[in-house]
Amino acid sequence: MTQVAFAPDVFTWPSDEPQLIGGRCPRCAAVAFPLAPACPRCGTPEMDRHLLPRRGTLWTWTTQEFLPKEPYAGGETFETFRPYGVGLVQLGDEVRVEARLTESDPKVLEFGMELELVVVPFRTDEDGTEIVTYAFQPV
Amino acid sequence: MEDVAIIGVGLHPFGRFGAKPALEMGAEAVRAACADAGAEWKDVQFAFGGSFEVDNPDAVTGQLGLTGIPFMDVYNGCATAATALELTADAIRAGKYDIGVAVGMDKHDPGAFTSDPVDYGAPAWYGEMGYFLTTKFFGMKINRYMHDHGISHETLARVAAKAFRNGALNPNAFRRKPVAEADILASRMLNYPLTQYMFCAPDEGAAAAVLCRADIASRFTSSPVYLRATTLRTRRYGAHEVHSTWAAVEQDDAPTVYASRAAYEQAGIGPEDVDVVQLQDTDAGAEVIHMAENGFCADGEQERLIAEGATEIGGSLPVNTDGGLIANGEPVGASGLRQVHELVLQLRGRAGERQVPGTPRVGYAQLYGAPGTAGVSILST
Repeated sequence: MTQVAFAPDVFTWPSDEPQLIGGRCPRCAAVAFPLAPACPRCGTPEMDRHLLPRRGTLWTWTTQEFLPKEPYAGGETFETFRPYGVGLVQLGDEVRVEARLTESDPKVLEFGMELELVVVPFRTDEDGTEIVTYAFQPV
Repeated sequence: MEDVAIIGVGLHPFGRFGAKPALEMGAEAVRAACADAGAEWKDVQFAFGGSFEVDNPDAVTGQLGLTGIPFMDVYNGCATAATALELTADAIRAGKYDIGVAVGMDKHDPGAFTSDPVDYGAPAWYGEMGYFLTTKFFGMKINRYMHDHGISHETLARVAAKAFRNGALNPNAFRRKPVAEADILASRMLNYPLTQYMFCAPDEGAAAAVLCRADIASRFTSSPVYLRATTLRTRRYGAHEVHSTWAAVEQDDAPTVYASRAAYEQAGIGPEDVDVVQLQDTDAGAEVIHMAENGFCADGEQERLIAEGATEIGGSLPVNTDGGLIANGEPVGASGLRQVHELVLQLRGRAGERQVPGTPRVGYAQLYGAPGTAGVSILST
């Protein structure tokens, strides 16, 4: 089966140890995600490519329990949609990133829990191509 | 700098109105505001119009009279109406005009808002992967807040139940049936911990205000309300806001905190002087958080205040007396002027069944929306 990364400029893949691709300001050292054309803190119009730590802790979270409207491209229908977790994950002392969580059960999700970046199936296209994306999984 | 008075307010009900165009609702709101002010459209020297869905709110002049006045259109997310109000007030403060109108109108499709994330400063994949949802942000924000400050799920249900109860007293509201707290908690979970009945819905409606130089207000009305402060703020580095792919570890306060502080300073008063409050309750959790962000209590005090009924119409800190966004829905361009409409009625003592007891003198309104923009207005008699 062919696997294709969704938004390939956002995470390193294929890789046994995938990482999110962020940006670090060459002037003020602010770290942001994803890599963007300018620094959100000081406005310097360039950012250096900076790979983010693979592990982090759950700063806050919610669940997505209804099928998002377009431009959502997960391919589910109202019948096939399954809720997913979404968190703000703190990576070391560098930055917090919004990301899907592999866990969506409020009884299992805990503030401060240890998480690790994984690559997971996002959608399967008609030609059998599996589109993969990143998520954080409890360690 | 000239002081500014609000001499008239008008509102087209919020809800669903079939094929009726937003511009027609806007025209009705302006006519009602002019009639309330004892003014005629031909007296109006300029206007600001706010909308998300209507490209040219100024086309409302086609239904009011083509008088040739300058009419400026604005869009500023959920803070659109606060922006129209601030710009109208500023033009009078600066001495450029004597009398003007701020109007907001909108007509949204049912369901959560959607747009192109790229137009909000987020990458295209942010929407495609299912992150571009305001409701998800509010779920994450209140979840952490509850964890840090001991706010219960029951408190969220109490806030929503109050909104529906107040909406039942408001003939212009979208939702006019009380809903029991148990039913709010048991309704469908949309974004944990927020259930369906804890959220407002995009809808349709319009609201308008006629503003003038304070020293000529008596020509029009015997009960002017003065606009003591209008402030707008955007997010700072360190604030986690709607439609952010990331946040800095080094935290800063939300834009509402800055808009609020600046508004108190401009008005020369503090939160203890406010008698009636309108807050952005996109969801029940947002009302809880905004109580603290606007200085009305310390973080965590909401649990006790709301249980004691402090935020009810008859309480010590009445919040969202007309049902707020939860009962009125959110036509984005009009929402903030709906708040001003309610405050003016309350300060005049003409809010009918939902009138705050005593003689409220100071009203406070706050808006918050994407991508981290807040607006605050303070009014007084």
